[in-house]
Amino acid sequence: MAINRMFRTCPMTGLRVHESAEALIKANAVAAVVFLLLGGILALLVALTRWQAVHLLPPDWFYLVLTGHGLDMLVFWIIFFEIAVLYFASSILLGCRLAAPRLAWFAFFLMLAGGIINNYAVFRGDSSVMFTSYAPMGAHPTFYLGLILFAVGALIACFVFFGTLVVGKAEHTYNGSVPLVTFGAVTAAIIAVFTIATGAIILIPTFLWSVGLVDHIDSLMYRTVWWAFGHSSQQINVAAHVSVWYAVAAIVFGAKPMSEKVSRGAFLLYILFLQLASAHHLLADPGLTSNWKIFNTSYAMYLAVLASMVHGLTVPGSIEVAQRRKGYTKGLFEWLRKAPWGNPVFSGMFMSLLGFGFLGGISGVIMGTEQLNLIIHNTIYVPGHFHATVVIGTTLAFMAVTYFVIPAIFRREVSFPKIAQWQPYVFGIGMTMLAVFMMGAGTLGVPRRHWDITFAGNALGYEFPGTAHLMMGLMGIGGVIAVVGGAMYLLVVVHSVFLGRRIETPGFQRVRVVEGMAPIPVPQPAGAAPQAHGGAQAWGAPGTFALAMVFLVSFVLYYFINWKYLATVWPLK
Amino acid sequence: MSAIQPPEHRIWWKQPVEPLEITWIVVAFIWCIFMFLMMPYWHVFGKQNLANEAYRTTPEAYTTKTQAMVDKHKVREEKFKVGEAELTIPVVRPPAGSDVYLIARLWQWWPMLELESGQTYRLHLMSMDWLHGFSLQPENINIEVHPGYEHILTVQPTTPGTYSIVCNEYCGINHHTMASKLYVVAKK
Amino acid sequence: MADPARDDGLTADELDDGIPFMQQLLDNPFILLFLGVVTPTVLYVIWGVMEIVGIPVAK
Repeated sequence: MAINRMFRTCPMTGLRVHESAEALIKANAVAAVVFLLLGGILALLVALTRWQAVHLLPPDWFYLVLTGHGLDMLVFWIIFFEIAVLYFASSILLGCRLAAPRLAWFAFFLMLAGGIINNYAVFRGDSSVMFTSYAPMGAHPTFYLGLILFAVGALIACFVFFGTLVVGKAEHTYNGSVPLVTFGAVTAAIIAVFTIATGAIILIPTFLWSVGLVDHIDSLMYRTVWWAFGHSSQQINVAAHVSVWYAVAAIVFGAKPMSEKVSRGAFLLYILFLQLASAHHLLADPGLTSNWKIFNTSYAMYLAVLASMVHGLTVPGSIEVAQRRKGYTKGLFEWLRKAPWGNPVFSGMFMSLLGFGFLGGISGVIMGTEQLNLIIHNTIYVPGHFHATVVIGTTLAFMAVTYFVIPAIFRREVSFPKIAQWQPYVFGIGMTMLAVFMMGAGTLGVPRRHWDITFAGNALGYEFPGTAHLMMGLMGIGGVIAVVGGAMYLLVVVHSVFLGRRIETPGFQRVRVVEGMAPIPVPQPAGAAPQAHGGAQAWGAPGTFALAMVFLVSFVLYYFINWKYLATVWPLK
Repeated sequence: MSAIQPPEHRIWWKQPVEPLEITWIVVAFIWCIFMFLMMPYWHVFGKQNLANEAYRTTPEAYTTKTQAMVDKHKVREEKFKVGEAELTIPVVRPPAGSDVYLIARLWQWWPMLELESGQTYRLHLMSMDWLHGFSLQPENINIEVHPGYEHILTVQPTTPGTYSIVCNEYCGINHHTMASKLYVVAKK
Repeated sequence: MADPARDDGLTADELDDGIPFMQQLLDNPFILLFLGVVTPTVLYVIWGVMEIVGIPVAK
């Protein structure tokens, strides 16, 4: 089989786009959006049930829909989109052909089959075991089978990504090191390999158990190994959406990383330590020692938190430097005020950054503190936290970058530009409400995954304070607003991709490229002093630094408020 | 160059880092180390820590121990209506400092405990079947309950009152009905 | 630091001489893959599983 070496040059960005990579990015992105649609419908049903005044679904349907919502969003939507990001960050950013496109298609169909089979299991009604499927509660064998097929497909896709890096290097399509965004994608792919490997270690025995070939799955062993898969799968998102932030800063502002060394060093900390945070879920479990808990829950002394705090500074910092260079130099924040707030690529990305940092990041560290977890474990605070990280952080970043992908890869104009312009705000505000009120209700003890916190007809039930019910109502309203924002996204995307106006480029053609395209590297003159590339001046991003300080102060205050609260509960040891 | 292109300089590792970034990294690192040390600090000086004491056991062995405690220290029985069903649950008042057993099972906590405020008890938690979540309200103390693992905590109730134990780990279709009471009475 | 290029006829491999160790590490996705899989496997999975296996049996 001949290797497809057909490329086109993107008129918008000048990027060289490989034909096979383009088709695969489209396929994976479309599959992602289909699962987002499904997960979004389920999301609405979940929100309208937990909003006690509406209380839409009966319990069996609620638990079924909640299971489907978790899987379709956390696994299928996000990982399909991430595979598209991986292909983009390798083949397109390196200007090289995608390695083994046929294998990549095989991976795609395996993932698709896995997603469909798993959804089939959920909608059968006998697999309402939640995203976590904690043994010894069992699901139908197809539930695990679907996840395993999906994971194998995703693993193959990761290796296509690594293969593409090898192709780019061997065929000299770029000089020197890979771009920073590609490096972020490498980080995501490495975490994905660990995630999928641990997923296999736990899901394959569980599958065999569900068909009767293994007779016992230990609950503590399951939770420990499963979370290496379940939590790390969300760490893939962190690495992926941070890469998307850097990409958006580069695309919208032409921003240069403040320092390659610092940003890549921060990604290295992710590679080494981010996955350890799987221990966040086991802090209230018996049998694991405090040594293991403290070391792992803190990502080895919070080194991965340090990395996130670095990215949180360098991304807006690089934007500030680029804006100041364009002349927006007045005061601390002119660069931010004069940013293109009407461009959904930017507004979505910036809200993702703020939401991930202020809401998701801080709450995640609080929950992940060994003792503080006691007053948070399994309350609705937990979904509040991860809706801030995975939805405001990852999903909103992915939505933002879609508005770039539609013209660049699908070569269609974005339909309904007004709706597109408002979409990140509607979605971001709805989701912020949802996350904040979930956290508030969690502080009052409201459990997650619970059909009826009024305990109707149950003389043993607990009466939650009125504030908790109020917060759950506001959470429901936030959820509905977010679903509207999600529907706006789907409307714009589906219409643009299938019915949008084609972008015709005069003289468009695909060019067959024999091998390599990068010019021979120009050697640096001897003794040329290396310089920092970002700031022209030494303190180039004062506004960002001020924002970072606001962040730190909020972090410190909220951290101690939680300790103070913990100190008032019953002594335990 | 920008983040979507290879670095401009072949050897980017040796490029100097801006003072702004260095300052932030130092500040953030200090905060990270502080947060890390806070956890061991609380183990020594704080009062709310999870115990590391746990044993592997069987539902039968655990039920036997719980039954023995109920037989010895039962003070009364209480009847509750949960949906259509009428439940009779023994209320147990074990002596201060003793071992107190609580069973979690689909979809019930058994038995009901009556403790004295200001006293300490060795509370044992275990599930008979699936995972459950011990969530004490309104204190908001939340602990995972496993089948096959007996988890032992030393607790000291503070204020007298009627507390609730809610299950907050999803355990199947009647998960939301799994709740119980815990009485704390003033020390005599 | 050694001057990486003395004339224009150098291959990319030769240009890689004189690149600091940390940059070489960060430029090699397969070493990073190895580190990124082994570190959490040892510190989280293996350490955790050993602790679970070591939980004593109740008297």
